[in-house]
Amino acid sequence: MNTRTGRSLITRAAVGASVLSLAVLTACSAPGADNTSAGQDEDREISTELTSEDVELDFYIETGFPIAQELADEFTEQHPNITFNIRSDQFAVLTENASRVMASDDAPDLIRLPQLVDPARDGLLLDFDPYFDAYGWDAFPESQLQQMRISDDARGTGSLYGMGIGYSVTGVYWNKAIAAQLGITEAPATIEELEADMATAKAAGQQPIMQFNDIGGIAFPFQALYNQLADPTDIADWTFQQPGATIDNPEATEAMATIQEWADAGYFPSDANSLDYTTMMGRFSGGEGLFMFNGDWESANLSESMGDDVGFFLMPGTEEGAAPVAMGAPNTYTIPAKAEHPDEAAYFLNWLHTDETAREIIVNSSGANPGGPSDLEIPEAANPLTQQTLAAGQTVGADGTLVDFVANATAGIYAGSIRPELQSLIDDRTTPEDAVAAIQAAYEDEVGP
Amino acid sequence: MTSSAVVASVPSLVDGAGAAAPRRRPGGRRRWGQLVWVAPALAVYAFFVLRPLITSVQYSLYEWNGIGVATFVGGDNYAKVLTDPDQLGIIGNAIVLVLFFTVIPVALGLLAAALMHGLPRGSFTTVSRSVLFIPQVIPLVAAGIVWDWVYSTNGIANQMLSAVGLDGIARPWLADFDTALPAVGLIGSWVQLGLCTLLLLTGIAKIDPSLYEAARLDGASGLQVFRHVTVPGLRREIGVCVTVTMIAALASFDIVYITTQGGPGNQTMVPGVEIYRLAFSEREVGQASAMAVVLMVLVLVAILPVQRLTQRSDQ
Repeated sequence: MNTRTGRSLITRAAVGASVLSLAVLTACSAPGADNTSAGQDEDREISTELTSEDVELDFYIETGFPIAQELADEFTEQHPNITFNIRSDQFAVLTENASRVMASDDAPDLIRLPQLVDPARDGLLLDFDPYFDAYGWDAFPESQLQQMRISDDARGTGSLYGMGIGYSVTGVYWNKAIAAQLGITEAPATIEELEADMATAKAAGQQPIMQFNDIGGIAFPFQALYNQLADPTDIADWTFQQPGATIDNPEATEAMATIQEWADAGYFPSDANSLDYTTMMGRFSGGEGLFMFNGDWESANLSESMGDDVGFFLMPGTEEGAAPVAMGAPNTYTIPAKAEHPDEAAYFLNWLHTDETAREIIVNSSGANPGGPSDLEIPEAANPLTQQTLAAGQTVGADGTLVDFVANATAGIYAGSIRPELQSLIDDRTTPEDAVAAIQAAYEDEVGP
Repeated sequence: MTSSAVVASVPSLVDGAGAAAPRRRPGGRRRWGQLVWVAPALAVYAFFVLRPLITSVQYSLYEWNGIGVATFVGGDNYAKVLTDPDQLGIIGNAIVLVLFFTVIPVALGLLAAALMHGLPRGSFTTVSRSVLFIPQVIPLVAAGIVWDWVYSTNGIANQMLSAVGLDGIARPWLADFDTALPAVGLIGSWVQLGLCTLLLLTGIAKIDPSLYEAARLDGASGLQVFRHVTVPGLRREIGVCVTVTMIAALASFDIVYITTQGGPGNQTMVPGVEIYRLAFSEREVGQASAMAVVLMVLVLVAILPVQRLTQRSDQ
């Protein structure tokens, strides 16, 4: 190429650019105009009778959580005319593809979906209210389904758009073998005792907390603290996107400040910011770390790998005997508006909340509360640790409050703001005040003030 | 990679279509005939490269979650990319990566090529070439995972430091705010070094040996030979290396996504990962598209002068 072609390369690039911009100017209507109103028929008759015809239900679920498969097998056992076609993807892939999959013409009949708000408002999800009435789901504790209610301006109220296959609760796992070495015989009953135990562990050269933070896992201990300090209703309002809700408040700031103190004291692993979830689990079950903030979904795993050396307790309050406030959420599954067999999918959801075998499968496979009507007994878990997590869930249900993950407040808040702020906080790159202000700013950016 | 395809192909497309239409000279018919042969490739190119490019530009003018109806916002998305300190910082990180992806590999590659050029063909040169080129063959995702281990608290990097008594500076390199971006950058240097060395080595082989002989007869030192014979003779190859590695730096995604996801804080966030995050996790398709268009322009602005400087004829 010579100088002439060099110059004309630029000219041609300019011509190319103008051709492109012309094409843009003449381009069609606003994107997305043709794929709303996903095709839900308002007057559709629903049925709670299971069809006697042969039906294949399509499921789209999360890799590594075989519970839907186990339930499907049991369902086919009981109803041989219903078979299942189950496709699974990694959690991140699933959540990123979900909206497009549900908008497509071969939408699945049931999908694992943690974020219901945007898809519901885009008309991609089936309104469960007719089934709620027909199946009498008002016999379930209302708090169980509240997180999956969505209206035009908030979460927590409005129509029901999903149900849980298991209702999880989070708390703190503790390594009882390490605790025994340190002379700690009982789970801490107050935050102060928890901090004292951590100080003892640190002094003895043990890692007080094993917590991942490569994608912001310190949100678990942060919210565990925040839940005890603030009025749970305020936290719920924030996660439910109620107008005027804010996390830029003294309680959240205090929780952030405590996290920073813990970090400065060396209570978190020095490589927390690059520590991933799997490595954290490996280290904790391998005997590194006195405490780990995590959920009941690990109880079966941990029980298998650590035996009697592991226990579970709910995050204690500031004072002994305070009503427990725990972070928890249903493992939400929903039916797309375009599903081919919504009646059968709804029947399946109702079945797994009420059938005894299904409830046993949920308890033993997910470690979570199976939910369902208040008057049904919760099946006995096979291992002692799951018995502890289930009991903790029942304690919260009876005397305490369950709040959703702050990380679930909006679709982008966790990766976009909570992760970088918490990473900066434990490395003293930001202050507690700035951290909560930044998270609130990102939140308002997404949902409006 | 899309960006490089655009640089290379848009002009030729415009040339082919634009030049054929107005001229009705003899041969005009032949030109149309030629177009028929080009048509299948052109159609594929238009569908898979031009159409997405045009729709990206269109999306960038809207606020859209990917599913619902979009709202036209004009240049707001661009204003945010170009004024928001966080977004500007992300572009700044990409520019820092150019140092690691381009400057270091090209400099070391030149050195390695010059040294290896003088050696007789044999197992040593073959082994060195293979060792340097292996990173190019390994998928970046696999490389990212391996380097993640290397940099971890108990990884090889820290083990080697403690072995020589440097425990003091051992740290989880990817978790540390000060070292994360250079650590990620060095992975890029490792990947690109082999490509640069191989390209430059091939280039050296094409330099007229009589030039080296003449320089030696004139009493030029090794350094002078390198400066006045090797480097000028490799101008085109250097141009290719700089172009390819700069695009890899500015449009990097795999390595960052696998090792740090942009953390700690936003220390290693680069446009590629941010576009992905905006589009698929925040579902801000318009904002993501605006960032993508800015990235494409940035790549063009960086690449065009390099092309002009290095692709001139030698006269």
